[in-house]
Amino acid sequence: MRKLVLISFVLALLVLPAPPGAGGMELLGAGATFPYPLYSKMFYSYWKETGTKVNYQPIGSGGGIRQLINRTVDFGGSDAFMSDEALSKSPATILHIPICIGAVVLTYNLPGKPGLRFTPNLVADIFLGKIKRWNDQSIEEINPGIRLPEIDIMVIRRSDGSGTTFVFTDYLTRVSKEWDTKVGRGKAVNWPIGLGAKGNPGVTGLIRHLPGTVGYTELGYALLNGLPVARLLNKYGEFIKPSTASTSKAAAIPLPMDTRVSLTNSDTPEGYPISSFTWILVYREQAYGKRPLQKAVELAKLLWWMTHEAQRYTEPLHYGTLPQEASERAEKIITSITYDGERVFQ
Amino acid sequence: MANASFNNPKRLLRVPSPVAHAAFQKALVISALLLVIVVLAIMLSLAIHSFPSLKAFGFTFFFSKTWDPVSGRFGALVFLIGTLLTSFLALLICLPFSLAIGIFIGEYHREGIVSSFLKQVTELLAGIPSVIYGFWGLFVFVPVVRNLEMKLGVLPYGVGIFAASVILSVMVVPYAASIGREVISMVPSDIKEAGYALGATRQEVVTKIILPYARSGILAGILLALGRALGETMAVTMVIGNANIIPRSIFSPGNTMASVIANEFTEATGELYLSSLIQVGLLLFLVAVGINILGRYIIKKVSIEA
Repeated sequence: MRKLVLISFVLALLVLPAPPGAGGMELLGAGATFPYPLYSKMFYSYWKETGTKVNYQPIGSGGGIRQLINRTVDFGGSDAFMSDEALSKSPATILHIPICIGAVVLTYNLPGKPGLRFTPNLVADIFLGKIKRWNDQSIEEINPGIRLPEIDIMVIRRSDGSGTTFVFTDYLTRVSKEWDTKVGRGKAVNWPIGLGAKGNPGVTGLIRHLPGTVGYTELGYALLNGLPVARLLNKYGEFIKPSTASTSKAAAIPLPMDTRVSLTNSDTPEGYPISSFTWILVYREQAYGKRPLQKAVELAKLLWWMTHEAQRYTEPLHYGTLPQEASERAEKIITSITYDGERVFQ
Repeated sequence: MANASFNNPKRLLRVPSPVAHAAFQKALVISALLLVIVVLAIMLSLAIHSFPSLKAFGFTFFFSKTWDPVSGRFGALVFLIGTLLTSFLALLICLPFSLAIGIFIGEYHREGIVSSFLKQVTELLAGIPSVIYGFWGLFVFVPVVRNLEMKLGVLPYGVGIFAASVILSVMVVPYAASIGREVISMVPSDIKEAGYALGATRQEVVTKIILPYARSGILAGILLALGRALGETMAVTMVIGNANIIPRSIFSPGNTMASVIANEFTEATGELYLSSLIQVGLLLFLVAVGINILGRYIIKKVSIEA
């Protein structure tokens, strides 16, 4: 008899759904890992302020887009915008809403942590394996006064497919013809040289432990690990120090209406050249499946909050804030969201 | 109340009804078959999903060393070599240690604090999550390898085939050792005593009687260890360097099948890319099955009819 009670209790636990959350609505998202620290901070604050819970799974941009296409989430997150071809294949119109701007920095491990300067050609040549030693003349020429050691350059890059790699190789493809023909851009590429490490923590971990290494990582991870970051020559002949401010300035360019644009090597005098938007992706028409109107309204409200009030969380977490023009574009896009053809947000 | 059945002799002696008996048998058959079906289904779905890449590359997939997601050309040779090299190297390193542990606990110290302590520790090795081996490897062992490489005068990466093989060997020791210990302790004492009666020393009994007698069981343990080494992902990917090149020495970085799948699957976009990764999975599956079949054949050949 006792056994029977126990079994039925266990069965009840398995079968009965979890008790619904206290009042609030729940939104589901999945996608890019790169903005995850920012998103989790934002969503936590949003839940405290409004009672709306947002559940975001950092499974990678590709996964986020796949889940949005399959309509298993309310929104997706991606570091790379969807191509025209991918958009035309999607079941309905998908909107890109820029949330913040990220920077990919060059970091290295050299004795004395000298502050180095790099030119686009230099970066391409190092990652193509053409410059092999730190005391190479081409590095010394643009870093006068710095004594560089006579050791081999060891290139560290990501082994997993990632948005960070996409942004970095997108930059190299734009600045170097040779990179464009030999390697190209992608979330994973056929690297000519180097060691692969998993994730930003893997890359920073290897660089910290191996003298003579150079690699690329997100700004926040390099700063968090106390690694030096290189200044990079931009289009205007300025060596730009990567920071949240210079990252944000990289987006101060004329933007297309849908904000689908690459910010690498962008046309700004003070912008850091390896920067990129990260987007949240939603369907324009929100009345699909059995979604209630309330869900669409909550989603639009959340997106508005993220591109406005919540921008205050970007700087402390080393992300670039949306510049004026980008946030105006975001407003237009958010207000174009509809439910059964009617705008959900005025 | 719980003991009711024991107080009631009629219930205890009750002969199971033919219906219950048949149901019991059916349940056994179904659960056994289910397992077989799952394995076959895995293989089938791998084969189906790797069809696009099989169609595009044919058998060149297995011999090409290019893996270029940007231009969409894929070949698995680099990963195949990396997997086989690290696994067999790991086996070679772990063999003397696991054999020694097996003989020590199975023959020399069957009981007592020392043996139970040693037994517990080896079994503990099997229970440590592989990501912890990976972290330990990356932060503690790799710097040691780097120092060694600097003394040897090779490019001091630290990470690479050698580091991965050593980490793997530590991970697979418990598998080889526990089966080895089991079979060594099961060697009948009459044949050991016969050896002693002929004037053999203990060492001679171990090398000439126990090891030959137990060799098929020891091989089975090694096979299990090899299976584990082939599929290990997390720890290997953290210390192997993930460079898609054919390693020129054991200190060179490389890549394995399991680690390329784990690394690139989440962000793989495009049918051909995804399908090529799945085909790497199929290859890994086939390699594991092939080695298993070969291993069973060898075990059969060398086993002594008891």
